[in-house]
Amino acid sequence: MSAPAAARRFALPRGARQLLTALPFLAPSIVLFGAFVFYPLVKSVYLGFYIENPFRTRQIYVGFDQYRDVLASSEFVSSLLVTVTFTLYTVVPALVIATFLAVLANQKLPGVVVFRTIFASPLAASVALTAVFWLVLLHPTIGILNEWIETLGLPRVDWLNDGGWAVTEHSGVSKLTSWISDPNWALLSVSMATVWMNVGLFTIILLAGLQTIPDELYESARVDGAGRWAQFWHVTLPMLSPTLFFASVVGVIFAFQAFGQIDIMTGGGPVDATNVVIYSIYQEAFQNFRYGAASVQAVALFVIMLGLTLLQFRLVRGRIFYR
Amino acid sequence: MSDALLRRWLRRAPAYGVLALCAAVLLFPLYVTFANSLHPIAEFLQDPPPSLFPSHPQWGNYFAGGDEQGGSGGPGVTRYLFNSVVVAGIITIGQLVTSTLAAYAFAFLRFPGRGVLFALFLATMMVPLEVAVIPNFQTIQWLHWTDSYQGLVAPFLATGFGTFLLRQYFLTIPSELKDAAEMDGYGEYRFLLHVAVPLAGGALATLAVFAFLQAWNQYLWPLLVTNDPDLRTVQIGIGAETQEPFRINIAFANTIIAFLPMVLLVIAFQRSLVRGLFGGSVKG
Amino acid sequence: MARVRFEQVGKRFGSVVALHDLTLDINDGEFFVLLGPSGCGKTTALRIVAGLQEPSAGSVYIGERLVNDVPAKDRDLAMVFQSYALYPHMSVYDNVAFGLRMRKHSREEIDRLVREAAATLGIDQLLERRPGALSGGQQQRVALGRAIVRRPQAFLMDEPLSNLDAKMRVQMRAELIRLHRDLGGTFVYVTHDQTEAMTMGERVAVLEGGLLQQVAPPQEVYDRPANLFVAEFIGSPAMNFLTARPADGGLRTDEGVVRLPDDLRAKVEASGAKEIIAGVRPEHLAPVEGGDAAYAATFTGTVDVVEPLGSEQHVTVALGHGSLVARLPAHPRLAAGASITLGVQAEHLHLFDAASRARIGP
Repeated sequence: MSAPAAARRFALPRGARQLLTALPFLAPSIVLFGAFVFYPLVKSVYLGFYIENPFRTRQIYVGFDQYRDVLASSEFVSSLLVTVTFTLYTVVPALVIATFLAVLANQKLPGVVVFRTIFASPLAASVALTAVFWLVLLHPTIGILNEWIETLGLPRVDWLNDGGWAVTEHSGVSKLTSWISDPNWALLSVSMATVWMNVGLFTIILLAGLQTIPDELYESARVDGAGRWAQFWHVTLPMLSPTLFFASVVGVIFAFQAFGQIDIMTGGGPVDATNVVIYSIYQEAFQNFRYGAASVQAVALFVIMLGLTLLQFRLVRGRIFYR
Repeated sequence: MSDALLRRWLRRAPAYGVLALCAAVLLFPLYVTFANSLHPIAEFLQDPPPSLFPSHPQWGNYFAGGDEQGGSGGPGVTRYLFNSVVVAGIITIGQLVTSTLAAYAFAFLRFPGRGVLFALFLATMMVPLEVAVIPNFQTIQWLHWTDSYQGLVAPFLATGFGTFLLRQYFLTIPSELKDAAEMDGYGEYRFLLHVAVPLAGGALATLAVFAFLQAWNQYLWPLLVTNDPDLRTVQIGIGAETQEPFRINIAFANTIIAFLPMVLLVIAFQRSLVRGLFGGSVKG
Repeated sequence: MARVRFEQVGKRFGSVVALHDLTLDINDGEFFVLLGPSGCGKTTALRIVAGLQEPSAGSVYIGERLVNDVPAKDRDLAMVFQSYALYPHMSVYDNVAFGLRMRKHSREEIDRLVREAAATLGIDQLLERRPGALSGGQQQRVALGRAIVRRPQAFLMDEPLSNLDAKMRVQMRAELIRLHRDLGGTFVYVTHDQTEAMTMGERVAVLEGGLLQQVAPPQEVYDRPANLFVAEFIGSPAMNFLTARPADGGLRTDEGVVRLPDDLRAKVEASGAKEIIAGVRPEHLAPVEGGDAAYAATFTGTVDVVEPLGSEQHVTVALGHGSLVARLPAHPRLAAGASITLGVQAEHLHLFDAASRARIGP
C-alpha cells in the first residue's frame, strides 16, 4: 500500500503522515544538497584543521592554527584585495554601461529588437569564449589594440604581462618590458573582458526592469515639463532601482566566483596580480595539494560572500524603492 | 516620402547612429576573432598582427576538425560541443525535475518544518561551488566518477534558485483549483503532472534557459573532474586550444563555431528569460 | 487659460485611421467633453493636444500658438491620466510639486502653491504619504492637485473617473464641476460615460470611428441628436428605433401608421429618403389616454419585462415585430403579459435617413 495509506493504517500522528507524503517530492533535492552543499561546507571547515606534511602523505591536526596563519598571511590578504578590486572594476562599469545600453535599446524604434539582441550577445559568449575574444585584442603579439595605440603615438601596453608566446624575435619587445613593472594592467585586462561579458547579462536584466515602468509615468513627466535627462533621473532611475540592485548582487557573486577567464588569460599572474581568492584556492588545492590551507580560504570566501550579500541587502533597504 | 515622414526619420537618425556605434563597439572583439580565424598561421608569427580584412580568407580553418597535429591532444570542437550539450542538458533536465518536485511540496503540501526546510533550500544559493569544491572533488573521486559524465553533472542536479522560482509560480495557482482537483479524484502526482506543471510553463522555460547557460559556462568543475580530452566541454576545450600558438587561427575558428549555437539560444529565449524573471509585469 | 483649436487634424497608425479631419474650437475657460465609445479617437485627440502624439495631418493651436512642433514639456498643459500616473517613489508633496520643480520655481513658491492646491482638494493631511498608501479617490485628488498647482493653459483629463467605484464617481463629478467653477480653466475632458458628459460638460463633442458626429451643449445633443449614432449612444435606456417608409400622411411602419405634421412631412420629402428610421425616447412613450388623435403614433403590444426602479419603472413591450422600452411612473405597477397601448407625440419623434443616417427632423 502507499506510504500515506500505511501511515494512516498505523495511526501515525498527522505531522508524520504529512512528512511521508512530502518526502518523495523533496528527497532528490535533499539528498543532492546534503551531499554536495551542506556536507562539503562542513567538511571544508573540518579540512581546515589539518595541515599536510611536506610529502603529502599524512594530515596533521593543528586546530585553529591553520585558520589563523592562512587568514592573516599577506598572500591571502593580497588575494582578497585583488578580488575586491576585481569586483569593483567589473560590477560598477558593467552596471553603468548596461544601463546606458538598456535605455538606448528601450526606445520605441522600428527594428530595435535587433539591437537588443546584439547588446545581449556577450551573454552567449560564456567564460572561455570571452577570454578568447579579448585575448585577440589584448595579446602582446597578435593583439590589435596595441597596433592602434602605437599608431596614436603611445607606447604599447603589455595588457597581460606575460610577454606572449612570441615565437620570433619581436621588434617591440624592448618597448614591452617597460610596462611589465606595472602588473595592474593584467587585472584591468581581465576586468575588461569580464565587464564585456557582464554587460550582456545586465542589459537583459535591466531591459526587463525598464519595461516594467509604465509609459504613463514618462508621459506625465513630459507634460509636467521634464526633458530627457529629468525623465531619466526622476522616473527611470528610481523605478529601476530594484532591478539595479538585483543585477549588482548577481554581479558581485559572479565576480567572487570568476575563474575561467582568469585561468585562460593570465593564469593568476603575473606576480599574483590577478590571483583572486578562487584562483588561490585552486592553486593551493590542485597544484600544491595543500587541501587544508585551501579549505581555510574556501571557508573564508564563503563567509565573506555571505556577509557581502547581507550587507548589500541591508545597505539598500531604505533607499531603493519596491512597488 | 511625405514631408512629415521624412522629418520623422531624420529625427530618428541620431538614435540609430548611437545604437549602431554601441553595437559596433560591443561586437568588435567578436569581429576581430572572426577576422583572425581566416588567416593562415604565418600571419600570426610576424610583427604587424593579422589585418582586420583578410585578403585570402582561409575558410578551411573552420573544417580543421580534430587534431592532426596534436592541439593539446584534443578531439576537436564538435566533440567539445557535444560534451557541453550533454552535460548542460542533463543538468538542465535534472534541475527541472528536482526543483519542480520540491517546489510542488513547498507550495501545495503542508508538513512540519516546511518553513525551515525552504530557508535551507534558499541558503544553498549562497554556497557557490567554489566554496565546496575540495570536498566535492574528493566525493567524486571516492565514487570513481572522475572522467565521466556523472561526475560532471552530479553536484548540480538540484537548485535552490529553481525551487524558489517554481514555488513562486505554483503559489499563483489558486487553491480552489487544487480543491476542485481533489474533489475530482486527482492525487498529488496527477495534479502535479496535469495541472501544476502545464501552468508553470513560463517558469520552467526560464529555469531551463538559466540552468543551461550556467551549466554551459562552467569552467572550474570540468577542469578538475576531467583529464580525458574526449570529455572536455567547450570551455575547457577552447581554453586548452589557446595554449597552442601554432594552431591559434584554428582555435579562433573553433571559438566562433562554439559561439554560434549559444547566440541562437539567446536569441530564441531572450523573451522567455526576461519574462520569467519578472513575472507578469513585463510588457511584450 | 487659453482656447484650444483643432484644424482638420488627422491621425493614422499604419493603415488604421484614428482621427479624420477633426475641426474643433474649444473656448477659453470652457468645460469641453470629448465623448465616444472606446476606439473612437477621443483619447488620441487629447494626446495630440498634450503633445504625446503627433498629428498626421492638420494643425493644433493652444491660445494663438501653433503647437504642432512644440514638445509636450513646453506646451504648459496639465494632464490627469486614467490611472493617475503618480510617481510611486515620491511623497504626495513631491508628486504635486514635480511640475513646479521642473519649471524652477523657488522653494517658498513651491511650498505655497502646493499647500494651496492641497487645501483646495482636501488632501493637505496626506502630503507626507506615498501613493501606495492612498485610496483610489485620494490618488485621484493628488493627480488633480498635480495638475492645478501649475496653473497651466489648459487641463487635459483622460477618463479620470473610470477607475473609481460608483459612489466615488458621483462625488468626484460634483467636485470637478466645483473645481472648474472656482478655477475658471479650460478643461478638455475625455470619457465614454454619457452621464459624465451630460452632467459636467458645457459642450460635448461626440466621436465615433475617428469622425466627429456632433458638437453641441449636452441638452441639445440629447434633444436633437445629429445622426443615428448620437441618438443611440446618448440616453439610458437607449432610444427606441423603428424602420419606416414614407407614406400618405406620414410614415408607415410594421406596427402601423405614423401621422406627421405638415412641416415634418415636407422635410421628409425634401430629404428624398427612401427608408426612414424613427426614434422615440423611452420617457416619451406613455399609455394612451383619450383618443388616438393626440398622438402621432400608437403601439399596442404585451408587457414583456418590467424593471421597477423605485421612482419609475422600465417596461419592455413586445410588439408584432420588435419591441419598445418605455419609462413609466412607478405606479400603477404593470404585470408581464398585460396588454398595453403606448402613444408618442409628434414633437418627440426623431427622424433619420436610414441610408445617410443623418437627422431629418424635427
